[in-house]
Amino acid sequence: MTTTEHGSDAYAAERDTTEGRVYTVTGGDWDELVASVDPVSEERLIVNLGPQHPSTHGVLRLVCELEGETVRSVRPIVGYLHTGIEKNMEYRTWVQGTTFVTRADYLAPIFNETAYCLAVEKLLGIEVPGRADVIRVIMMELNRISSHLVALATTGMELGALSMMIYGFRDREYILDIFEAVCGLRMNMAYVRPGGVAQDLPPGGIEKIREFTEYMPKGLADYEGLLTGNAIWQERTQGVGYLDVSGCLALGVTGPVLRSAGLPWDLRKTMPYCGYDEYDFEVPTHNGADAWARYLVRLDEIRESLKIIRQGLDRLEPGPVMVEDKKIAWPAQLALGGDGMGNSLNHIRHIMSQSMEALIHHFKLVTEGFRVPAGQVYAAVEAPRGELGIHAVSDGGTRPFRIHMREPSFVNLQAIPALAEGGLLADVIAGGASLDPVMGGCDR
Amino acid sequence: MSDEHGTGTGEDVQGGVQPVGMQRKGLFGAADSGDTSGFGGLVQATPLGAEVVSTAEPLGGYFDEILAALRELLGEDVVRAVVVDRGELTVYIAPDRTEDVCRVMRDDESLRFELCNSVSGVDYPDRRNRLHVVYHLTSMTYRRRVRLETAVGLDNPVVHSVTSVYPTADWQERETWDMFGVVFEGHPHLTRILMPDDWEGHPQRKDYPLGGIAVEYKGAHIPPPDERRSYK
Repeated sequence: MTTTEHGSDAYAAERDTTEGRVYTVTGGDWDELVASVDPVSEERLIVNLGPQHPSTHGVLRLVCELEGETVRSVRPIVGYLHTGIEKNMEYRTWVQGTTFVTRADYLAPIFNETAYCLAVEKLLGIEVPGRADVIRVIMMELNRISSHLVALATTGMELGALSMMIYGFRDREYILDIFEAVCGLRMNMAYVRPGGVAQDLPPGGIEKIREFTEYMPKGLADYEGLLTGNAIWQERTQGVGYLDVSGCLALGVTGPVLRSAGLPWDLRKTMPYCGYDEYDFEVPTHNGADAWARYLVRLDEIRESLKIIRQGLDRLEPGPVMVEDKKIAWPAQLALGGDGMGNSLNHIRHIMSQSMEALIHHFKLVTEGFRVPAGQVYAAVEAPRGELGIHAVSDGGTRPFRIHMREPSFVNLQAIPALAEGGLLADVIAGGASLDPVMGGCDR
Repeated sequence: MSDEHGTGTGEDVQGGVQPVGMQRKGLFGAADSGDTSGFGGLVQATPLGAEVVSTAEPLGGYFDEILAALRELLGEDVVRAVVVDRGELTVYIAPDRTEDVCRVMRDDESLRFELCNSVSGVDYPDRRNRLHVVYHLTSMTYRRRVRLETAVGLDNPVVHSVTSVYPTADWQERETWDMFGVVFEGHPHLTRILMPDDWEGHPQRKDYPLGGIAVEYKGAHIPPPDERRSYK
């Protein structure tokens, strides 16, 4: 926005100040010279999107350099939600770690917990009971649906399809009710624990989940009716945010974004855990590599998750949900009361009035925790946003020596410049939303 | 840093993995009062201060193929140590070879590690080269995983950047610089990413305090988590 003053003197005047004589370097024909080299330089605008902006999916800041409506460069800036989860875990016991990881990616708490617990169990060299594995699978797939519903809802909201937002959050609420019935909490449940899960499914829990699997296909039909045939939705997503397989691999992008480019890489199939190899399901892919393809892949993944949940419910057999080893199985026993999850009265009676040893044992386990043999492992699960990996290092003590979360949101967000540069400003939002980043996970 | 912890057990080579012998005493974290626990005389070696011992070869499975390919293409001395633990392969390499090794890992037909999952750091304060950088690579072609690890000391914490091979390492190397203070030579713009730009110190180092304030509850003061009495 510089203007050249072509007044009486084309050259800048010198001024005398207390510092001495000052020459300014404007003037002459320099502005014309610069303008002839770069005719639009004066029209480039730097626009800050976020960190507090309703359409940036959380506290993400995007510094966009615009030329009219065209985005010339995007610089994502993250870290506004950094809470030091990894550092904090080094000062808590291994079991308490579950309550920290669950708060990272707050839309996929069960995945954070399961990945962490798989890592701890690998360090311990233990295997969880079959029923615990099946419950983990059911809970993970329910969580995948709820996370994808938020992805659809927020993308819809950001692109102006507000009905989709209402529908998505409404149906997610159904799943959160199931979580509340099972764990006592809607989010951040710390339900999956090293050695199994905190407690068995409550009475009526299976029926509630079954009801949901019958209800959900109707919801899916609703979303498709709202969006798939909608010309505005198609215009806003088709060909937008293009990222092909080689781009995904170079940038480390996994999950629905990679599958929307056509590569059927899904850890549940390629490197199975929790017994996923025994379930019958497909890995949906698409060859569009754009926001539209990601939308379709997420819808299909919800269908596949429903298939897995139904199989899991059929597969549930009575049995323990926590390892037998009382030195690891913490919390000792919990019960779900009217006011949420709490201590089991039977357990309190046992330790307080029946067995001194049980009280000592309980005290040791709660205050000291269990020791984990020294070493390091990497455990990964297919989270709704891609590969969620936990690198856990133990020094043989009762606390993690180091936990690193390989967060798919953090890695995938690097792709925003590749998705958005050269496109329109409105497509930055559509492209970014199609990555479905969660800043709690990204910044940890 | 390392001299106060005793003498090294091996030659002190930059990038070597030789740790320094280290002991700890007692069982509880508190040392500000007399020993009432009875465990005050307990002396234990810290497991992570122990020497890294290479697993005897052959290692079995695809691990031997990876090592053979690396040695053939980059020379015998590229692999400093190999550890197979809990079914996972860890290859220790020199900090100035990370880029070469990753390039071979990605491009060689028998290796084909297309995806760099994770780059992160670990701080082992008892070791002479205390800052470790850990790379997790995945071969989608062969469905294999491998872990590369390199170590640098505080006096010269420089590791070659792998961003030219794996662009995805960009942010993760920035995070490792931010959290551990490892300098990645060749990184296009090594700046802090999670902490504010003007932050001092590298928070994930073990000698960086957790912070926090004491909380009063019904007259009792509960100290912050890193000052509470706890087990070692």
